Amino acid sequence: MEKKLLEVENLQKIFNTPRGNLHAVDNINFFVREGETLGLVGESGCGKTTTGRMIVRLTQPTSGRILFQGQDIHTLNKKQLKETRRNIQMVFQDPFSSLNPRMSVSDLIKESFDIHKVYKKEKERDERVLEIMEVVGLSPRLVNSYPHELDGGRRQRVGIARAIALNPKCIVLDEPVSALDVSVQAQILNLLDRLQDEFKLTYLFIAHDLSVVKHVSDRIAVMYVGKMVELTDYKTIFKEPLHPYSRALISAIPTPNLKKKEERIILEGDVPSPINPGPGCRFYPRCRDRIDPVCKETEPEMREVKPGHFVACHRE
Amino acid sequence: MGNKILEIKGLKVHYITDDGTVPAVDGIDMEIEEGETLGLVGETGAGKTTTALGIMNLVPDPPGKIVDGEIIFNGENLRAKSREAYRQIRGNKISMIFQDPMTSLNPVYTVFDQLTEVIKLHQNVNSGEALERAKEMLAKVGIPQERGEEYPHQFSGGMKQRVLIAIALACNPALLIADEPTTALDVTIQAQVLEVMKDLKKQFNMAMILITHDLGVVSEICEKVAIMYAGKIVEFADLESLFTNPSHPYTVGLFNSIPDPEEDVTKLTPIKGLIPEPTELPPGCVFNPRCPDVMDICKGEFPETVELSPTHRVACYKYHQGIGGENK
Repeated sequence: MEKKLLEVENLQKIFNTPRGNLHAVDNINFFVREGETLGLVGESGCGKTTTGRMIVRLTQPTSGRILFQGQDIHTLNKKQLKETRRNIQMVFQDPFSSLNPRMSVSDLIKESFDIHKVYKKEKERDERVLEIMEVVGLSPRLVNSYPHELDGGRRQRVGIARAIALNPKCIVLDEPVSALDVSVQAQILNLLDRLQDEFKLTYLFIAHDLSVVKHVSDRIAVMYVGKMVELTDYKTIFKEPLHPYSRALISAIPTPNLKKKEERIILEGDVPSPINPGPGCRFYPRCRDRIDPVCKETEPEMREVKPGHFVACHRE
Repeated sequence: MGNKILEIKGLKVHYITDDGTVPAVDGIDMEIEEGETLGLVGETGAGKTTTALGIMNLVPDPPGKIVDGEIIFNGENLRAKSREAYRQIRGNKISMIFQDPMTSLNPVYTVFDQLTEVIKLHQNVNSGEALERAKEMLAKVGIPQERGEEYPHQFSGGMKQRVLIAIALACNPALLIADEPTTALDVTIQAQVLEVMKDLKKQFNMAMILITHDLGVVSEICEKVAIMYAGKIVEFADLESLFTNPSHPYTVGLFNSIPDPEEDVTKLTPIKGLIPEPTELPPGCVFNPRCPDVMDICKGEFPETVELSPTHRVACYKYHQGIGGENK
């Protein structure tokens, strides 16, 4: 068994809003093994991005711990933090707004070298910039281009180049392909796959598109309104999803083939508000299999029902 | 065989800009029968939305212009219509749902206001009758009547899209153009909205053009599919033949780019290269720089459309007699 690179324990983030406490992420637990890809899926507002941001320490958790190689990243001092930051990088969702429009491609890539004072000689550094551009498939003629001159796929390649520049161990990918067209999306997915092999990277892949997540992940965690409801390997989640929400989510994917479609589970209603949630299961109001009164009154815990298969549901 | 409700012949819409003329839609032909759903599929910049705007005569002018072609709706050429006559059709006989439900509704009017507006405009009814009709429409799309008094910001994305569907269908149109109606929605909400659309299409027996980039959505709801690339329709077929026998190299590339959740593929085979700049389209077949099966002839002229079967046509030299044969 590979060792755990990243562990998340009882992680919670509550935002104070004028209308009450918004439980963005509510006591979630998981770990990511070295070299694996964990997919984090869920719909808008389920807390996947907040989770990712806490792992790279862009958002301060309300409570809970995030361990990277056994060390809690929120207790590190300045120097240790800088060192850890080299090892955990992030690729953001929108390649149109995540790159500084006033920096050229080479400025964008070398920024991290300068911050971490990696190269003493400028020449060495600039050579390395070109090397990285080649690795992510950017032609050297783009070195002095600005983001507005690049299309979405190339911009996302710049985002990826920035993330891998310092040879990190772990990359949090927050919806890296959802803003891209399908043909470009496939190119970027293949690139990420190749980089993972080449540099032994560990990915936390956040996305709402289950077919994409399945394609890249070793294990998949499903989130719903701040809670993790199911976690298992990528095949099982499609073959035997246990949580009623995972089942509905999987059945809702439109599949590009003509096979006879199984009866689709259409969920009633909308995703509930994460502000001041009730005591019971978050999925209770939309669940077809709810048991009264237990589901309404007590929150189900995540339990391991089969080896490696965790689910939070009173039915299981 | 039903009646052709809409027939487009050689439609060209160009945008005339300082950087040159952009042939956003460059001579497309298609037809839709009564009650049929056509999926118009392509990537960003393929010309899908411009085609829709062309049919609705809403192409922003300047810089856009319909430069050529015929749009025949119910036997009448819409291009010969006056502005006034077009207004009678738009929202009444042909309706459109736009991509982004967040910005398509007016934030300062209630849902009832916006629903009754279109009903009063096109039907000879008084306010009370219009309100009755509005309530009926809300019920059809699954929104409780009392919510009609609310403003758009009080609705979620999926609910807003339902309101837009209700507005579009309020006058019982013969043709609905839906431009990426579910792209901005979460997958479980998308499933709900698609279900509503499928239902209503049957109830109203209307034809629909569904613009999308998602072949999964197409397989759910469409009977015919047109694949667009850089202003051209490269393949046009019924759903079954397109999915079992995709013929244009671009269509094949599209299928290979999507991860199928029911299959276990380790590597995707994407189309190489990028969508060309609209002002710098390559000569000949627009797809030739990215095409795995490119031949010399592809760099000359855009290929004529070839019929593979009565319901399947493709614009590719591979299928031209005497050309493709030698190359296989």
